[in-house]
Amino acid sequence: MTTTPRWRALTHHNLFWPVVVLVVLLLVNVPFTPDFFSIRMTNGHLHGSLVSIVLFGSPLILVAVGMTLVIATGGIDLSVGAVVAITGALTCSYISDQSDQSALSGVFFAIGIGLLAAVVCGLWNGFLVARMGIQPIIATLIIMVAGRGVAQLVTDGQIITINSEPYKLIGGGYWLTLPFSIFVVAAVVAVTVVLTRKTALGLLVESVGGNAEASRLVGIRSRRIKIMVYVFCALCAGIAGLMISSNTSAADGNNAGLWIELDAILAVVIGGTSLLGGRFSIGGTVIGALVIQTLTTTIYTIGVPTQTNLVFKAAVVIVVCLLQSPKFRAKAFGGRFGNKPGAKGGTGQPAVAPAQTAKTTEAAPKMEVS
Amino acid sequence: MAEPQPVLEMTGIVKEFPGVRALSGVDFRLFPGEIHALMGENGAGKSTLIKVLTGVYSLDDGTITLDGQPVQIDSPLQAQQAGISTVYQEVNLCPNLSVAENIFIGREPTRFGRIQWNRMRKEAAELVDRLGLDIDVTAPLSSYPLAVQQLVAIVRSVGTGDSDGAGAGTKVLVLDEPTSSLDRDEVLELFRLMRQLRDEGVAILFVSHFLDQIYEICDRMTVLRNGTLVGEHMVSELDQVGLIQLMIGKALDQLEELHDHQLRSDVGETLVKADGLGRTGGIAPFDLEIKKGEVVGLAGLLGSGRTELARLLFGADQPDSGKVSIGGKQVSMSAPNDAIGAGVAFCSENRKSEGLVPDLTVRENIILALQAARGWTRPIPASQRDELVAKYIKALDIRPANPEARVGQLSGGNQQKVLLARWLITQPKLLILDEPTRGIDVGAKTEIQKLVVSLSEDGMSVLYIAAELEEVLRLSHTIGVLRDRKLVAQIANGPEITPSRILETIASGEHQ
Ligand SMILES: Nc1ncnc2c1ncn2[C@@H]1O[C@H](COP(=O)(O)OP(=O)(O)OP(=O)(O)O)[C@@H](O)[C@H]1O
Ligand SMILES: [Mg+2]
Repeated sequence: MTTTPRWRALTHHNLFWPVVVLVVLLLVNVPFTPDFFSIRMTNGHLHGSLVSIVLFGSPLILVAVGMTLVIATGGIDLSVGAVVAITGALTCSYISDQSDQSALSGVFFAIGIGLLAAVVCGLWNGFLVARMGIQPIIATLIIMVAGRGVAQLVTDGQIITINSEPYKLIGGGYWLTLPFSIFVVAAVVAVTVVLTRKTALGLLVESVGGNAEASRLVGIRSRRIKIMVYVFCALCAGIAGLMISSNTSAADGNNAGLWIELDAILAVVIGGTSLLGGRFSIGGTVIGALVIQTLTTTIYTIGVPTQTNLVFKAAVVIVVCLLQSPKFRAKAFGGRFGNKPGAKGGTGQPAVAPAQTAKTTEAAPKMEVS
Repeated sequence: MAEPQPVLEMTGIVKEFPGVRALSGVDFRLFPGEIHALMGENGAGKSTLIKVLTGVYSLDDGTITLDGQPVQIDSPLQAQQAGISTVYQEVNLCPNLSVAENIFIGREPTRFGRIQWNRMRKEAAELVDRLGLDIDVTAPLSSYPLAVQQLVAIVRSVGTGDSDGAGAGTKVLVLDEPTSSLDRDEVLELFRLMRQLRDEGVAILFVSHFLDQIYEICDRMTVLRNGTLVGEHMVSELDQVGLIQLMIGKALDQLEELHDHQLRSDVGETLVKADGLGRTGGIAPFDLEIKKGEVVGLAGLLGSGRTELARLLFGADQPDSGKVSIGGKQVSMSAPNDAIGAGVAFCSENRKSEGLVPDLTVRENIILALQAARGWTRPIPASQRDELVAKYIKALDIRPANPEARVGQLSGGNQQKVLLARWLITQPKLLILDEPTRGIDVGAKTEIQKLVVSLSEDGMSVLYIAAELEEVLRLSHTIGVLRDRKLVAQIANGPEITPSRILETIASGEHQ
């Protein structure tokens, strides 16, 4: 069993396994939908399964990108689903009150109100976590639970439907042959990458998540950074809320963004960011979100019965997580994909006790090393 | 000495990490009833050899035999069951649990499946007593300073064998730098215990960068250099100079060169002035003046309040009385930020929990303090950053000299150097060094002390804390003596000041 250095570098790249899973999931669809990879142009719009996956996955990507930064600081944000609902509810109810629902000024104002509400939610979460020192899971639970109530209040418990062309563009329109939401996602991802990697924000976030006390002693204003990431996360959720309500031209306080927080957390983890905080990867998260969306699509195309589709989803998630564990890989495939670097001894060491020869490296990824 | 059969024999041990060959074909043996030193520079592979032995890492090649039987050790638990007890270099306990729980974790005394808390506490107290320590076993571990935590780790390891009836008694005891933050008295206590265990037939593997300790307690030693075996010697047959030569591969002559520094460099005007600064439960209010370019050393026993004093000057803890002024301006000291802004830097003694971010790279860890001071919107330009980092990696000889390496994968001594680099790069006015040479090998130790001298000559003030009195005396202009969390004396250094004078002051609590 020989492994070339380049192959090894590839298999050890932290995006390798998420990408493999994504490709496999995509391929699974081919026998069921032979033209799965084909993309057609109709009425000047590109159509095809791949385009729909990105389109339907857009809100999840947004939420997961925001979640990545929160998780990198060692926190978690359970309130994103509720923020999706609040934003959609406020924006749609404002638009529905307008005499001319398609007036640009009104739509912009409505979007402003929606996003402002999202920012307020983020500030609240950040305040509770950073200032009050409340555990993130508890602090964000408050809006997760209460937020839906607020959204219901705004919509009077009804589903508000609107009819606004400009608003429809965000989540359901096309631009330059592609769904407009793809551009929104691309812009948000790009801004996030620039914000974290071209400034020092990413480093400081990883430091706060990697060792909070050391970060304090090094003079990092971790409270400020935490508040920033919760606000950013809520803002991403807000944009996702616009997208979802725009796509259906309706605000459903009850169901919009329901359980999206769990999918988002899953996407972050599949993308290789540890729930313990520290190192994060925005690219990984995007792939993770696409994996989850592809999975959802696959469940429909291969016709898994509705009763069992959650079980199916769970099974795939387990496989992905196992694949990411070097320990599991070492057990399952031997040294090829494990942590074991390169060929053996090299010095031509004579026979080794039989028990040792088949052994592979099992150093856990998080092992503390002195 | 007739050579009996070794209790432990490791042959041809190879361990590779991506890009690093930590051990290449190392042989090592350990006889019952001996204390065996494992020597080598920072990064030589000592901790790695120990972790291979105790199943933390699997080996890439080689064999381990225990009592003549080939064994395969896959996990620390297996190692423990096979009679190998270990204290790792970095204290690896649970700070939130009580001392007693930490001592018995994983092997709590049970009856009908339930933990017998009272019995556990009682036995823990007995064990602690046996080591001659004064520790409340019901208090959470985190309420004790690092040195005490290190002692608890030792108690835990020696307690393994005899208290749980099920396991085999300890055959091999492995101690990786257990004395790095202990005072003379605790070291003596530990040595007494080690001798006792040795006489009971336990084989002890001991790692320390204090050569005097090696010569005091060890019978035999194995020397590693760059992951290879360079020799096994009886301690009595190899002197310190020869040992150092084996370790670093060349002669080292500048060890004692520093002696005459003490009164050489001149100090400037007052930089830092603390007035009645204090914190209940930490340290009693004290007055302290540090001049520009002055090295102030702190001497005192474990728990005397040296670290607490330093933390107050950095704003790491909030004082509840007194005030501090730096460069004539009063500083509020409500958070480290205030102190950093005024030009203070603080290298914590506890590099793992208060210092490094293990997942980040060497480069990121080095620039962290500087970057934090600039704020997130102004990243250090890449070229300037790489230049700075390369400069300090070279100046402190951090190995591997790879800025992309994860800090968590560096050897203990090299991690310590990264922490130093982080603060040096900020060019502070006052540099607080709490045990800066902890875990650093002999060669690098001299280098760091020389660095302190040259920094002070360039006008940087330094507050220096070290368990070794000689080290403090060699470097300081002034020595602050602490006792029972009180600054009891401030002594101007001079030729007549000796370690024993300082010890007297510590003991009596006043300076004559
Ligand atoms: N998990 C790891 N991954 C990659 N490299 C590692 C890992 N652990 C150790 N190394 C490397 O192996 C070499 C030996 O390290 P080791 O910790 O054994 O040194 P040491 O002799 O204990 O040094 P010190 O005196 O500083 O504690 C070093 O170059 C170190 O960087
Ligand atoms: Mg070591």
